[in-house]
Amino acid sequence: MNQKYEAVIGLEVHVQLATQSKLFSGAPTHFGAEPNSNTTPICMGWPGTLPVLNEAALKLAIKAGLALNCRIAERLKFDRKHYFYPDLPKAYQISQYDMPVNGKGSLTIELEDEQGGLQIREIGITRAHLEEDAGKLLHEGIKDGSLVDYNRAGMPLLEIVSEPDIRTPAEAYAYLTALKAILQYLEVSDCNMEEGSLRCDANVSVRLIGETKFGTKTEIKNLNSFKAVQKAIQYEIDRQIEIVEGGDRVVQETRLWNDVKSQTFAMRSKEEAHDYRYFPDPDLVPFTIDRETVEEIQKSIPELPAARTQRFMKECGLSRYDASVLVGDKKLGDYFEAVIATGADSKLASNWIQSELLAILNERKIPIENSPVGADALAGLISLIQKNTISGKIAKDVLPMMFETGKTAEVIVKEKGLVQVTDTKLIEEVADRVLAANPKVVADFRAGKGQAVGFLVGQVMKETKGKANPKIVNEILTQKLS
Amino acid sequence: MTDDLYKLTLTEAVRFAGENSAAPLLDALRDRVAAVNPKINAILRFDPKRVIQADPRETVSTGLNGVPVAIKDNICIDGVETTCASKILKGHIPPYHAAVIQKILASGGTLFGQCNMDEFAFGSSSETSAYGLVRNPWNTECVPGGSSGGSAAAVASDMAFAALGSDTGGSIRQPAAFCGVVGLKPTYGRVSRYGLIAFGSSFDQIGPLTKNVEDAALLMNVIAGHDPMDSTSVNVPVPDYVKGLKRDVKGLRIGLPEEFFIEGLDGEIEKSVRQAAETLKRLGAEIKTIQLPHTPQSVAVYYIVAVAEASSNLGRFDGVRYGFRADTRDLKDMYLQTREQGFGAEAKRRILLGTFVLSSGYYDAYYLKGQKVRTLIRHDFAKAFEEVDLILSPTAPTAAFKIGEKTDPLSMYLSDIFTIPANLAGVPAISLPCGVTSEGLPIGLQLMGRHFEEETLLRAAYTFEKEIQLKQKPQVVSAG
Amino acid sequence: MSFEIEKIAQLARIKLSEEETQKLGSDLNAILQYIEQLGRIPTDGVEPTSHVFNLENVFRKDEVKPVNVRDKALEHAPLRESFFFKVPKVVDKES
Repeated sequence: MNQKYEAVIGLEVHVQLATQSKLFSGAPTHFGAEPNSNTTPICMGWPGTLPVLNEAALKLAIKAGLALNCRIAERLKFDRKHYFYPDLPKAYQISQYDMPVNGKGSLTIELEDEQGGLQIREIGITRAHLEEDAGKLLHEGIKDGSLVDYNRAGMPLLEIVSEPDIRTPAEAYAYLTALKAILQYLEVSDCNMEEGSLRCDANVSVRLIGETKFGTKTEIKNLNSFKAVQKAIQYEIDRQIEIVEGGDRVVQETRLWNDVKSQTFAMRSKEEAHDYRYFPDPDLVPFTIDRETVEEIQKSIPELPAARTQRFMKECGLSRYDASVLVGDKKLGDYFEAVIATGADSKLASNWIQSELLAILNERKIPIENSPVGADALAGLISLIQKNTISGKIAKDVLPMMFETGKTAEVIVKEKGLVQVTDTKLIEEVADRVLAANPKVVADFRAGKGQAVGFLVGQVMKETKGKANPKIVNEILTQKLS
Repeated sequence: MTDDLYKLTLTEAVRFAGENSAAPLLDALRDRVAAVNPKINAILRFDPKRVIQADPRETVSTGLNGVPVAIKDNICIDGVETTCASKILKGHIPPYHAAVIQKILASGGTLFGQCNMDEFAFGSSSETSAYGLVRNPWNTECVPGGSSGGSAAAVASDMAFAALGSDTGGSIRQPAAFCGVVGLKPTYGRVSRYGLIAFGSSFDQIGPLTKNVEDAALLMNVIAGHDPMDSTSVNVPVPDYVKGLKRDVKGLRIGLPEEFFIEGLDGEIEKSVRQAAETLKRLGAEIKTIQLPHTPQSVAVYYIVAVAEASSNLGRFDGVRYGFRADTRDLKDMYLQTREQGFGAEAKRRILLGTFVLSSGYYDAYYLKGQKVRTLIRHDFAKAFEEVDLILSPTAPTAAFKIGEKTDPLSMYLSDIFTIPANLAGVPAISLPCGVTSEGLPIGLQLMGRHFEEETLLRAAYTFEKEIQLKQKPQVVSAG
Repeated sequence: MSFEIEKIAQLARIKLSEEETQKLGSDLNAILQYIEQLGRIPTDGVEPTSHVFNLENVFRKDEVKPVNVRDKALEHAPLRESFFFKVPKVVDKES
């Protein structure tokens, strides 16, 4: 990036609230239903139907607002936002215009700076309001038209609008990660981007450093992952700087991110000036939120990611990095806590979860909460390591077997005879054989090549099929060589 | 007796059906509709072979004994084409029942015939229907009023024992006046709007059009009440309106608003309405002059706020999901042409006006200003109802006018000047016949009451009706 | 104030013939002129009316009421394909 410029970035995030039924109708919200089957006459905008607000959606919105330090409205209303589109069944979206449920707030993000230090920034939240989702249009593979599915129409959304406080793609990424973690902790949304329950649009502009006025912004849509957000913003910053440097002006427009080509493109359809003709929805009454309700919701807010990270660092002795990884996904953090609740060593548990367990789960695309090796089972494996029953190396072989067979580590170790050899006599015999067979290595060691011992340890381990306790092997060899 | 069964009032029909069965009543109506409807076009859809009744699996009270009620074509009936008399909803079959339909069926009522109307209830003459205009049974050269002109004409010509209409700015009361029947617009929130295809959401109410006041009370017993499906429906206990009927207006304070007795009010109508006030006075009511100072602004407020809501409510008629769609290859053309071909001129006029008053740069000057003046009008009523229990006025400034007479939209709009204020304030109002003009057209008397005091309205109307015993009948009825 | 009928008709997605543009345009100008009388009414400090009652907090419980109307809805749709409503091609892809 050209050092003369800085980017000004604002994010609009839509999250689907975790309710059973839609925002204004009793239609179900579960993902993956047959087209147009999660519908009622209400969410399909059938003539004559009327909306009634889902109380749980409002409470979830307030909960999110509290966690984002927002000013909670004492009084709110819903407005109609008008535009014509086949996925919008009433030709208006019920949204909130000038009296949103959540006013100004903030979100703290953490980033590593270039020196590896920790940078903490506070990003302002402009507002977070309730609105209903539109349906979905399908174009792929249909030559003569588009298809409309209203399953999403009327889904409860919270639109969280950030202030243009974000300066870099990395900050945008950190903002999204932090926001997602908070919302998952609150159980306000499952934030599943693939299922569309979290969507993000980015507003990006550039200006010369020191300039206080904003440059012309573009809005980027079709961002399918946090990585895509980061890449698209970077692309857009570079594109805009190039335009400005070339003496041209950035055009205010909506652009679509193409993940395959890694580029943004202007939308083909000519955009008209929007005139949404907002007015208060006469079908819905205003709502007031009293202090007791807010306090009650406040009480229901669980420990949030920032606090949990601190606790993992302090109480479990984890590094900030390890703690953040575990906390970043609430269910991963829960899994970790379940493992250490059995008395397992927390650092060992953290390492095993982050390296071995996640490697297998990621490879098989299994979410942590569905892991066939549950927290108890992993704890069992770790306890065998802690008790020196098996070595870490053996344990790495045992874990996949646990996945395959569903058996506990203990059973597998017993069945396969993998119990670690701690019998020093046996190890000494093998060590003697190894030393005798490798006179050159022994000579090297004696000549001062300390690392030669590693080779010898490896030979002993090989002879014992990995079952010897490496610590004891090391001790015995060192003793014999000295 | 059997030959004249169609002449029965709703109350009489229910009694007859209880003692005998509803079948002869249905037969009588079938014949009556076949004979009369071609002359006046009040019934838009009518399937003599199909009577809609409650699902036999549901618990149904026998209250209405299978007696049918005619329904304005903007109230949704599951599985039955409902068009708002518009081309754009041709072929629109609602997948659900409106709340009032469920209530009628649950009370043992049946449905039989859907009534013609002004397209989307936009009009005061029932001339804007896409399916042909409705004629007044008293004089087929005249309009029946609107927008519930079909409902009023059907009841007046004995093609229905009773009908449901909807009233946004007078659409029940004005046609009731023009056709010489009783029409009640309930308090906003008294009857569920769920399933009423919306025009002006903050004004619309469904109400009865009946042959007499007792029938209106009976139908109100069926349709009134809180509905959790309608956020604006109010949870106030519903009295037994029929039981509340008695001939007693003693001590009732009735106000005549100065602003309603103005230039433009037909002399014969003024005389008849003032006579009605005298009659009530003679029966013990206290009559006084009151002020509703913002009455002159009510039409302007209404034609901002109601059309704004209408323009929003009618956006959904786009050809995507139901009804008519113009055949185009381009999406935007589909919208433009569907709405061009699907809407009539008055619907277009109101959608454009409503779109304009909400559009960027004009919202404050029009829509917001309108809503503020609406507040002043509500305050006028609140103040008036501190002094009086009821407000009495003509329902319309003239009797039924000639078909094709009002070509200027503004003059048509101004004919609603006496009915619109009740909608702006959300108060209940009833129109009932109080006389006949020298040309043989009925005159309507309007009574307005406090919120949720339909009982008082009905009692005063009942007392008056019993006292004057009007005998005249519409021409097609006597001829028919 | 004169009524920009072409612009408003676009916004309302109604195509108008030349003749309609003329007729409706002049009707609407007359209506607007009439409506403008409201400008003379002082409304400083007056709250706008959105609802005639001060009803508040009307909720429903978060319960699924399965009313699958798909088949009924699609049966009478102007155009459908399998379980979908079908419309002319929507173009909002990148250029």
